[in-house]
Amino acid sequence: MNVLNEWAFIGVFFLLAPLLPALPIVLGGVFAPHKPNAIKTDTYECGVETVGNTWVQFKVQYYLYGLIFLVFDVEMVFLFPWALAYKQLDFFAFGAGLLFIFLLTDALFYAWGKNALAWD
Amino acid sequence: MDCINQLAQCLSAGGMDSGLAEFISIFLGVTLTATFPLLVTILLIWVERKFAARIQDRIGPNRVGPFGLLQPLADVVKLLGKENITPQGADKPIYNFAPPLMVASVLLIWAVVPFSPYHIGSDLEIGALYTIAVASIGTLAVMMAGWASNNKYALLGAFRVVAQLISYEVPLAMAILVPVMLAGSMSMQDIVTAQYGMWFMFSAPVAAFLFFISSQAETGRAPFDLLEAESELVAGFNIEYSGMKFAMFFAGEFMHVFTNGVLMAVFFSGGWLGPFAEQAPILGAIYLLGKASVWYMLSLWLRNSVPRLRIDQMMNFNWKFLVPMSILNLVVTAFLLQVIKQAGLGPADAGNFLQNIPQTLILLLGNGFVAYVMLSWARSKGRAARAADEAKKMNAATAASVAVGD
Repeated sequence: MNVLNEWAFIGVFFLLAPLLPALPIVLGGVFAPHKPNAIKTDTYECGVETVGNTWVQFKVQYYLYGLIFLVFDVEMVFLFPWALAYKQLDFFAFGAGLLFIFLLTDALFYAWGKNALAWD
Repeated sequence: MDCINQLAQCLSAGGMDSGLAEFISIFLGVTLTATFPLLVTILLIWVERKFAARIQDRIGPNRVGPFGLLQPLADVVKLLGKENITPQGADKPIYNFAPPLMVASVLLIWAVVPFSPYHIGSDLEIGALYTIAVASIGTLAVMMAGWASNNKYALLGAFRVVAQLISYEVPLAMAILVPVMLAGSMSMQDIVTAQYGMWFMFSAPVAAFLFFISSQAETGRAPFDLLEAESELVAGFNIEYSGMKFAMFFAGEFMHVFTNGVLMAVFFSGGWLGPFAEQAPILGAIYLLGKASVWYMLSLWLRNSVPRLRIDQMMNFNWKFLVPMSILNLVVTAFLLQVIKQAGLGPADAGNFLQNIPQTLILLLGNGFVAYVMLSWARSKGRAARAADEAKKMNAATAASVAVGD
């Protein structure tokens, strides 16, 4: 198989993967009863009527974790080529990688010191 | 001509247009690879229920069919007849697309799983990275479900899950870097064959541990089942789902646990490698699924024995223990690999078990060092925290007694 075919396989897979689980849902739609009423489709909140808008403001901590994750995820993408070629490289590559990882670690400890990782 | 392994050539030899023949063979391949895990999931539901029952000193499903084996099928039929309720104010397209997407995110991983030397959906050059990339689509599905349900419990659950899933992705990806480094390739097939002499489980046990723990967290199973947290959030992000849509979330979860077992097998315990796997490819698939089952059982055991963590404990465990550990592990492994290379201790023939021993021993020592440093660091941190806590309580008690005038 050539390279194009490898990706054609992934492409077809991407199209088919959501369709396979969608099939039983569609079947369920055929077989299951469908009798909605106002009480049944009401938002479930343990029997109490909901107050106000659902899309409320959320804790800022989630946002901070998201930011830290972004830093790490981007750095990870840069580490993959380094790890891939590592066997063919010499000590200089280790030094370069170490510097890069040091910056990453520094960012983590900075966030830690700034209490960005505290949950309260 | 071998019509099973080379369907495209076979069809075009029979006079079919080569492009169409190519497409048909790809389409059949995809259908096979995608249907297999879905069928396995039906069996897994039974395995999981039986296993949990035995741990909790119950019998588990035993009425439908021999040993209750047909119980999942009965459940599927029951779920087909259940009404799909769409709550008021739900964002319908997103609400309906989330469950299939959840399953799809796990299914897509199977596209690069090598079953035998010759049977792999697609041997991408970036297979290892691809697994992380598609697995993170699951996070998106959870967020979509929680946001579109128009329910506060669902939204709160979704926030928690997204925070958890993205956090544990960091040590997960860091752990995969180690096998990639050892194999010198990101192709799943190359990673498996690189373990011919020695499984990476033995030369990189810390990476295996990190991968196992963080993949457990990625599936959202106990002790990291904050996304469900039945007693706190009622059900979390899937609270407004019913019928088959609800079932799809759970099918996705069951399949994810087993898929993680398969990934553990591929990355750390040699995938399809085993006696005579090259001669008889079917044996390779059996070895792979066997190894995956062992990891799967371990995961179930963990799930059924450990209580749920609090969300701050869970986030601290990740960011203040697993992430530093994965960074240290990466640095130590990289350093030792260079030392081994410069000292010429690496195996001349990577497939030779005996020649792998010096390298493995050195790496094992390095891993032991990483584990020791991290554990003693965590212990000293824990002691300091407890001392500070006790001092605070003592001060408060003194202040209270002064106020009373004791």
